[in-house]
Amino acid sequence: MSGAEVAMTTPAPAEEPQPAVRRLPSGWRVVAAKEFADHIHSLRFGILFFVLGLAAVVPLYFVATTLRSAAEQVSGAKAIFLALFVFDAQPATGFTIPAVYGFVGIVAPLLGVAFSFDAINAERSDGTLPRLLSQPIYRDHVIIGKFVAGLAVIMVVLVSVVLLISGFGIFRLGIVPDAQAIFRVIAWLGFTIVWVSLWLAFGLLLSVVIRRAATAALAGFGVWVLLQVFGQLIVGLIAGLVAPFQSATSDAAYLDLKNLSDAINRILPLTLYDEGSRVLLNPTKVTVGQLAPTLGQVAQQQQQIPSLLSLDQSLLLVWPHIAILVALTLGCFALAFVRFMRQEVRA
Amino acid sequence: MASSSRRRPSATGPSSRRARLRAKATRIATTGDAVAPILTRALTKTYGDLVAVDSLDLEIEAGEIFGLLGQNGAGKTTTILMLLGLTEPTSGKARVVGLDPARNPLAVKRRVGYLPDSVGFYGGLTGRENLRYTARLNGLAGHESEARIEEVLGQVGMADRADTKAETYSRGMLQRLGIADALVKDPEILILDEPTAAIDPIGVVEILDLLRELADEERITILLSSHLLSQVQSTCDRVGIFAAGRLIGVGTVPELSKRFGESTARIEVSLDELADHEAIERARGVFAAVPGVAKVSPPDRKLAPWVLLAAPDEASAVRVAVLAAAAREGLPLTGIRAVESSLDDIYRTALHATGLAGSRRVAA
Repeated sequence: MSGAEVAMTTPAPAEEPQPAVRRLPSGWRVVAAKEFADHIHSLRFGILFFVLGLAAVVPLYFVATTLRSAAEQVSGAKAIFLALFVFDAQPATGFTIPAVYGFVGIVAPLLGVAFSFDAINAERSDGTLPRLLSQPIYRDHVIIGKFVAGLAVIMVVLVSVVLLISGFGIFRLGIVPDAQAIFRVIAWLGFTIVWVSLWLAFGLLLSVVIRRAATAALAGFGVWVLLQVFGQLIVGLIAGLVAPFQSATSDAAYLDLKNLSDAINRILPLTLYDEGSRVLLNPTKVTVGQLAPTLGQVAQQQQQIPSLLSLDQSLLLVWPHIAILVALTLGCFALAFVRFMRQEVRA
Repeated sequence: MASSSRRRPSATGPSSRRARLRAKATRIATTGDAVAPILTRALTKTYGDLVAVDSLDLEIEAGEIFGLLGQNGAGKTTTILMLLGLTEPTSGKARVVGLDPARNPLAVKRRVGYLPDSVGFYGGLTGRENLRYTARLNGLAGHESEARIEEVLGQVGMADRADTKAETYSRGMLQRLGIADALVKDPEILILDEPTAAIDPIGVVEILDLLRELADEERITILLSSHLLSQVQSTCDRVGIFAAGRLIGVGTVPELSKRFGESTARIEVSLDELADHEAIERARGVFAAVPGVAKVSPPDRKLAPWVLLAAPDEASAVRVAVLAAAAREGLPLTGIRAVESSLDDIYRTALHATGLAGSRRVAA
């Protein structure tokens, strides 16, 4: 007893016996490796790969048809390779198929949520969490590992899809990208990965906060539908009420209201992604906004010598978009992280 | 089940196993002898107003099996989580292998194997793959890891089912795999929360034998919690009785029965089930007349034995006297036995003695 008391009162770290144990691996790497393997082998992966592949192939098909039928006009056009990604195909009048990036913008969030909505709560309900946390790894490595694994899977899916599209463009249409186009596609890919990881982080947050995986999935997809489908409608309405730029009487007022309206629209992350993608994939885009707002600007635009922006200029243009999406992602992840660290091991 | 697969010679062969044990013995000798492997002082955990664990003083020695007994919600699991550094104590100290689990959780978890209450595994992976994940998290890989996994699977009798997916396992098999999982890291201390829950009776004996063997041969210190008292009684060197967050008694079962056991000895006497009414009426008088018998309780249902109460030190004399009286009076006596105070009785008495009977806590 007294010997024990002595030991209790001198807990100096230096005196603590250091057993000759094997060096422990970085916990998050082990977790990420296991989660990645699980994802790749899951049915979920197959389904989502198929859905995203479809989301890319359908617009691609129509773009390809349009491009082939207009081969004479487009030959020699600038940045024709990128048209594969940004061109809104119109196979019939009054009927527009959104471009590849538009489809990806809508469908990709599914990918993010689907790979994280049950990250933590499933461990909890399966009873594996106490076992996992009783292994010699830091608790934060569990959630970091899961995030990294999700990110890796998403990258695999997105890179494959982009390669598929590029390959199709090169072999079927004979459009060979130049270095500039390749860098632009890579930049857009990176931007898209940020966009998806925002949803991945959001799903992770849900998986920490909501105890039942099914409820978390429902919440995640509910938010997705709300933002993607109704979001633009609602935000558009609000913008129209607050900043009715169409009815502005002077050019100056028009410009102010239009800017305000754009700012309101940018509350939606999807708008940010849309605008960012359009600029990154289209070197002729020199403004972020969607319409040339004033008569004066229209005139100005007509007088402009059509020039291609270099990639760094385009990046500069959408830098705020990238920064906001990254910030939102980090915010979601940080929230999930903090909540997870504070949670009791038991429910 | 599958007793043939138990103790199957592992892929490592006996020599490497011996080497491992020797290395472990040195490790324990250098770290474990000075300090008790598990030691707590005034360890307390509160959740708001609820006191889950109330100033717990516990000392568990190397190589002993210590049973933590208590109802659901008595604070057993909370104590275990604090020992593993999975929950921070509100106050007080805990030392596991001489380390503070709250400040040095990784070093503690590296050396402590833990079987959680209602353990779960990844259903999509096989038992072996699940163990491989644990091994990897503990820095084991390659040949060494595979050999160790094979060994522990054999120890718990799961070697022949290790390559089917964990989602097909029964609760009992999950429990066995859970013990294997706790053993993979070659721990110095094993903390098992309800290790025998959901295991069939024969399996329970196997598991308890295994624990005994681990404690005796590998000098693993084992802390197990249970509410199945009779099982614990046969295996544990010492037990601690837990109620409402407090440890109300610690010691070996005989020590506890001395302290909490009933102050009277119970003797059960059975009469031939065909005994007629007259014989039964006669028996009551005969038993009551035996010197030393304090109370006679006739059976409350058919086939149940009579219960005679006597002073503990007169118990054997009373049994002799009852036999003699039965022979003399021609009672159709078929059995007589002294009922030792079981852990269940001790537990009940201890709860009543401390006025904690029936008090349950929400946080288990």
